Amino acid sequence: MALINVKTKEVQIKIVYYGPGRGGKTTNLEYINKKYRDQIKTEMVSLKTQDDRTLFFDFLPFDVGQIKGFDITIQLYTVPGQVKYNATRRLVLRGVDGIVFVADVQKEQRRKNIESLNQLYENLETYSIDLFKMPIVMQYNKTDLKNSGIEILPTQVLQKDLNSVLRAPAFEASALSGGNVIPTLKKIISLTLSSIQDQLF
Amino acid sequence: MFNQTQLDAIDTAILTNLIESGLEYVIFMDMAGNTIAKHNNGKTHLDSTAFAALAAGNFAAVDAMAKLVGESEFSLLFHKGEKSSIHFSKVNEDTLLISMFNKDISLGLVRLKVAETVKEINHILADK
Repeated sequence: MALINVKTKEVQIKIVYYGPGRGGKTTNLEYINKKYRDQIKTEMVSLKTQDDRTLFFDFLPFDVGQIKGFDITIQLYTVPGQVKYNATRRLVLRGVDGIVFVADVQKEQRRKNIESLNQLYENLETYSIDLFKMPIVMQYNKTDLKNSGIEILPTQVLQKDLNSVLRAPAFEASALSGGNVIPTLKKIISLTLSSIQDQLF
Repeated sequence: MFNQTQLDAIDTAILTNLIESGLEYVIFMDMAGNTIAKHNNGKTHLDSTAFAALAAGNFAAVDAMAKLVGESEFSLLFHKGEKSSIHFSKVNEDTLLISMFNKDISLGLVRLKVAETVKEINHILADK
């Protein structure tokens, strides 16, 4: 839940990038960190394994200005995508305010996307959070791979697999080159802010 | 959400019990890694945002390990360094108190002062 501090007039919002392993969650944060370097006061924190896979989480905080006299800080987290790290994934979800689900568009990843989304639903349930009431944005990442001749899933298939019930805003993206990384971020920030707006008054 | 009176009282509790006793840096935060109150002795600088995120992760991981071995929680979580040490204390189900201190102050005193502060904060939070 967003932390609203009436004394310091600060709001801290937690947005988690969730999705299957090697889907591009960390790459999203790295691009944001590079793009907005001047506005980000601190270093990005990455807890990773020796072979550069996320072990616990990546963390990137940045300020987005004021709303109704409150300074808004967005804290971006990623979860580790590898199947074996579900216990740590669940820990990172604690207190989440908004989710970006980063799906991998490669045809061979179809099942992993669905499994990851199902597990997200279950993990949120452990905190009594209903995925269907949570601000969420879908990102279909790695669309650039089709230029390299790799078979990718059409967006309609991904929408049907992952978003037919949720009906969340969805973006085709290429996180490595930054394609649609910022629109995804802006969308989840605006959805999350409107979901907590009632709490500000 | 905490009201202004509670936040003022928490600030006072941290300052009088902990900072005045010689602790370097104290963060009162929620389990999601958000800082609720932070105070330091004026000499110590720290990226407290990143620190709170890591502290929440660390505490959550240790707590999950406790459950795996059949403990409800590990009551003492403490990291000792050459110059600085960090003490973690659960305040209630949703919040944590993290204290940093140097070798001029003993762990025993820190634990005593932290326990008093935790009690006080819980008292403040109960008074809505």
